Amino acid sequence: MAAAVAMAARGCGGVWRRARQRGAGQPGPRLGPFPRGQRAVACNARGGAVPAGKSGLVPWVPVVGLEIHAQISSNSKLFSGSQVQFAAPPNSLVSFFDASLPGTLPMKSCAFFYIMCSFNGPAGNRLLGSCTVQNKMDKVLFLFQNAVLNRRCVEAAVMTGLALNCSINKKSLFDRKHYFYADLPAGYQITQQRVPIAVNGSLSYSLCIDNKMSQMVTKTVRIKQIQLEQDSGKSLHDDTRSQTLVDLNRAGVGLMEVVMEPDMCCGEEAAAAVRELQLILQTLGSSQAVMAEGQLRVDANVSVHHPGEPYGVRTEVKNINSIRFLAKAIDYEIQRQIEELENGGTILNETRAFDSKLGCTVPMRDKEGKQDYRFMPEPNLPPLILYDAKSLPANMNHQQVINIDWIHERLPDLPSVKRKKLVEQYGILPEHSFTLLNEDGLAEFFESVVKQTQMKPKKVIGWILKDLLSYLKQHSLTVKESPVSSFLLADLLNLLEKKEISSPAAKQVFMELWKGEGKTPLEIVKEQKLGLLQDQKELEQICQAVIDGQENEVMAIKAGNQKVLNKLIGLVQKKTEGRSNPVLVKQLLEKKLSE
Amino acid sequence: MRAVLLGPWLRAGTGPRPHPATPHRAPHRALRAAPTAPNTACDSQQRLPAAGRDLPALKQKVSVEVLDHLEQLALVDFRDSEGVERLQKAIQFADQLHEVNTDGVEPMDSVLEDRCLYLREDDVTEGNCTKELLENAREKVEEYFVAPPGNIPLPKLEERETFLQGSK
Repeated sequence: MAAAVAMAARGCGGVWRRARQRGAGQPGPRLGPFPRGQRAVACNARGGAVPAGKSGLVPWVPVVGLEIHAQISSNSKLFSGSQVQFAAPPNSLVSFFDASLPGTLPMKSCAFFYIMCSFNGPAGNRLLGSCTVQNKMDKVLFLFQNAVLNRRCVEAAVMTGLALNCSINKKSLFDRKHYFYADLPAGYQITQQRVPIAVNGSLSYSLCIDNKMSQMVTKTVRIKQIQLEQDSGKSLHDDTRSQTLVDLNRAGVGLMEVVMEPDMCCGEEAAAAVRELQLILQTLGSSQAVMAEGQLRVDANVSVHHPGEPYGVRTEVKNINSIRFLAKAIDYEIQRQIEELENGGTILNETRAFDSKLGCTVPMRDKEGKQDYRFMPEPNLPPLILYDAKSLPANMNHQQVINIDWIHERLPDLPSVKRKKLVEQYGILPEHSFTLLNEDGLAEFFESVVKQTQMKPKKVIGWILKDLLSYLKQHSLTVKESPVSSFLLADLLNLLEKKEISSPAAKQVFMELWKGEGKTPLEIVKEQKLGLLQDQKELEQICQAVIDGQENEVMAIKAGNQKVLNKLIGLVQKKTEGRSNPVLVKQLLEKKLSE
Repeated sequence: MRAVLLGPWLRAGTGPRPHPATPHRAPHRALRAAPTAPNTACDSQQRLPAAGRDLPALKQKVSVEVLDHLEQLALVDFRDSEGVERLQKAIQFADQLHEVNTDGVEPMDSVLEDRCLYLREDDVTEGNCTKELLENAREKVEEYFVAPPGNIPLPKLEERETFLQGSK
């Protein structure tokens, strides 16, 4: 188990194996090319399938599919005007509809009868003007259905669908998904199961092949659909008093469910895909996608099978609170299933929860048995109609119209595009731009420094990724919280570039700047006397002094042993307290020794 | 073409009327009745059986597995054979729908299908009625609703005290 866990820790090493001897006369199945549809291709992040059949190893192919719920970043909820806010007094952001009080609908019917009555007779005719009977009915129903689907939520879903290369359904429908739970007061959730708002997309993400981040490979996962749905409330379990406390503040908040096809094979791939989706959502602004605040929830469906055989029974893993835990949970579950099957057991089609403290998955008590969701169309909601440039209706109130093409034109640069631009503009490596975008605010910091310094971007990137980033990580700080601003760093790099300080001195200054005492790099250099000696004469004198004092070494150098020169350079450095430019010192010494 | 509006028939429980609906009930229906298909309710040649008489025979009795499944899902208790019989009669009654020929007719899932869903601006207009909402709650703890600890699944059929047990 330990060996396998170690393998898991190294990342998806391809086909998972158990070193267990099989009975004689049973050769292991050979791995060959398999049709993608059957998903029997051995996933191998390092590229290439690994042949089987050696000493009875039987390969397993893990299959991972993700269901991701992203909370839409909006002011109010999907079907009601209650506020969307993370921490608020319990049940303070709840309308009657969110609490599913009897008689509430995902629409407002305002004063229908009053209006109906007023339509008959002269007053009514004046109200409606001289329009046909059909038009009258349209107007009546318009007033009747003061429908409350949040426009912002629809735009967010369309943006996300476009960013993920989906086809947007111009007509999508709403359904009810029934299940009983205390935080779902209606007993059903309004979702879009049959005809969702977006279908058939793809998400590309990058993985490092080895831990050194020197080789990146791009993978794709297919997006089955994106649907709009309602969030449920929150349950707080009080086991001591054997009760559940329910807060409906979150009930009815708009969610985008992103359903991915099971194209992934390990925790590392899933983590990378989710990270990329998170960056995309944050770039679009359709969701803030912070997992810790429940704005991005991921459930993983995991199964294993032998190549060439049908898919195995899958389990659903829930309660995953971070991307790191996502990878752990999936890898644990894959391993658990392999062990169970190798020991002759079976996998139950169940829901399991990830216990982050123990690092394992456990069956979830509440979700025993297969759920029957009894999907049915939502009868209270008409279809959602979207338009594009071609189908734009002529005289409709444009507050009622969502134009897909208009949204498409205004999409911001996605992370993958931003990365390419950084590489092209600054000549940095793809791995570098990957890291820059992976840290919130780091790319902006980098660009800001580059603008303010003469140092080449290729050198600046080293300072950003090695010095700044490692300090930030050590102290668990975000880029925004950095005590060293881009201005200060640029200042420091300028000193280095102008050769007023040496590279080691610069690192020292950086350490000092990190203390955040408000001093400028120049002040620190002066204080700690870190500036390189600019007086050539003084330097020459010191070099001469060293030469005079090291007769043996001088003789050795003159005899041809160049390595000893380094010792002399070291001595000069000591005498100057590190304030000499080693390159210059070497030149001076060589000149003197050749005289 | 639309599926038949059986509302008035099911309520009244008597045979078809010459007009499918009285005017005040669904005026827009009358407007759309123009392109009538031969198998809409207007056609007086088609007689549907009234409730309680000539019900089509149940194709198969409802199995214990299905009844057990229903008890688990809907948390109803069929209690005794009369309850099950009532269910079977209800299904028979609803099966009358199959008498209507719906070939080529698209199922309707909402009477609002020809309307579009109107969109609302993303403004905060509701909420902040904690006190009112909690008035309905029998138990509350510091402005939270109180519920039992999670779903308590029904014990399996063998362990339940239910009438269905004997009828396997």
